[in-house]
Amino acid sequence: MSTQDKPRRTAPLLPPDHARDRPLFAVAAILVFLASLAALGAAGAWRASDGWTAQLAGELTVQLIAVDGRDADADAYLAAQQIARLPGVISADARSRADAEALLRPWLGPAGLPDDLPVPRLIAVRIDPENPPAPGAIETLLSDEPYEVAVDDHARWEAAVQQAAGAVRYFALALMGVLVLAAGAVITFAARASLAARWDVAEALHLVGAPDRYVTGIFQRRFFFLGLKAGLAGAVLAVGAGLALAEAGGAAGQAFFLPGLDIGWSAAAIPPVAALASALIAAGTARLAVGAELKARWP
Amino acid sequence: MTPTPRPSPDLTRETDPAVRFDAVGLRYGRGPEILSDLSFDLPSGSFHFLTGPSGAGKSSLLRLIYRDRQPSRGLISLFGRDTALMPREDLPGLRRRIGVVFQDFRLLGHLSVFDNVALPLRVAGQARASYADDVADLLAWVGLGERLHALPASLSGGEQQRAAIARAVISRPDLLIADEPTGNVDPAMAHRLLRLFVELNRLGTTVLIASHDITLVRSLNAPVLELAEGRLVSKPKAA
Repeated sequence: MSTQDKPRRTAPLLPPDHARDRPLFAVAAILVFLASLAALGAAGAWRASDGWTAQLAGELTVQLIAVDGRDADADAYLAAQQIARLPGVISADARSRADAEALLRPWLGPAGLPDDLPVPRLIAVRIDPENPPAPGAIETLLSDEPYEVAVDDHARWEAAVQQAAGAVRYFALALMGVLVLAAGAVITFAARASLAARWDVAEALHLVGAPDRYVTGIFQRRFFFLGLKAGLAGAVLAVGAGLALAEAGGAAGQAFFLPGLDIGWSAAAIPPVAALASALIAAGTARLAVGAELKARWP
Repeated sequence: MTPTPRPSPDLTRETDPAVRFDAVGLRYGRGPEILSDLSFDLPSGSFHFLTGPSGAGKSSLLRLIYRDRQPSRGLISLFGRDTALMPREDLPGLRRRIGVVFQDFRLLGHLSVFDNVALPLRVAGQARASYADDVADLLAWVGLGERLHALPASLSGGEQQRAAIARAVISRPDLLIADEPTGNVDPAMAHRLLRLFVELNRLGTTVLIASHDITLVRSLNAPVLELAEGRLVSKPKAA
């Protein structure tokens, strides 16, 4: 027998099983896709919340109640000049009646407001969030003026925004957790099915003296690479879908004042992280499932 | 193939039999006992036949020896160690000392004849280069030198049986147990395989062959354990 006649390559102990692997690949990829979208949603909500609260914390709105017989636009302009000089105020811009009507046009139509309807004037005040004006400083500054003012520091909006963003974040994280559990359950089921289908391999190896870790290692490797490929496919699709949603959401947000999904550069880390996590979950659950089966069969 | 004697493992004392059964019984689940009160020794380096009609319990007895099953009662010791007391992590090492020829061959269908026979060496962590010549030589010896690349499904029953025997003996085990190892081969090949078992035994392997082929059993002047309805009805006085 010459050396050339002998097989040169060692055949895999666990043969490919495309009929079983393809559905599992699809299910795992879909689970990773959903989990990655949930992660993107959570990260986007986190960033958006930070942005919204920073914006709200850096602004005040002063409402000047118009008084009959006075030029409310001029009063607002002068008040804005006084407010801008306060410590902690970066700028103050008075909005005229025309600005107010423009803001209300989407709801009231192009006909505008009746001339005799008193429209409060708004002053948008940008403040230094680190060193804001003292509480009540604006009201005190304008207390001698003949008109009344109301200062809105957006505190109630800020709390509501933070509460909503927190709910979105934790919902997304919980969704991720549920999807990871679902992936683990599906892969455990698949590993058991795979072991049942190739019990002859496990039995032959066991009877020629292979330790459990040798047998489980074979199934573990199979599921690691299956999880890796499924995870990569699902996560890449999710990032693509996220980018498309962000694009569509951005356009819609501009049109309808809706918050968009903010996909940062960190999204690029999702495919490798999700693929590795998927591979480790698949390998770990396969190892546990196969190990348990072997111990049950040969206690 | 030119087998060389293996040194005795550290845990085996010269006086310990390779196999000892002491009042062993076996039942599956809540069913009746299919093996009862089996007591015998297989001294190290001995050669025995196990005979009995179909259904007598020969295969079940062999399964107890390679610990595919545990007895319902009694004590089984292998190489001086009580198998019931062995930690689970020691069992693979024990199984590597036992070569088994299964009646249904249990070859892996997706592996070539060469890879099937090399399986015990591969599992033991040996490099392919270190065993490739031994595997090819052994397969040539059992008449499968031209079928190294063949898959088991393309082999005849007799060829599969020879491949299964080659897999059982390739690692030169301390104990060889074979369940009807010549049931599917012609008399000439049966005689040739028997010579292989005798040669292994001469080099120190304890051999137990289960067979209901009286001609085969009588061809050697070896002691016989005879089973009937799960009980030993005769055993050699020395055993």
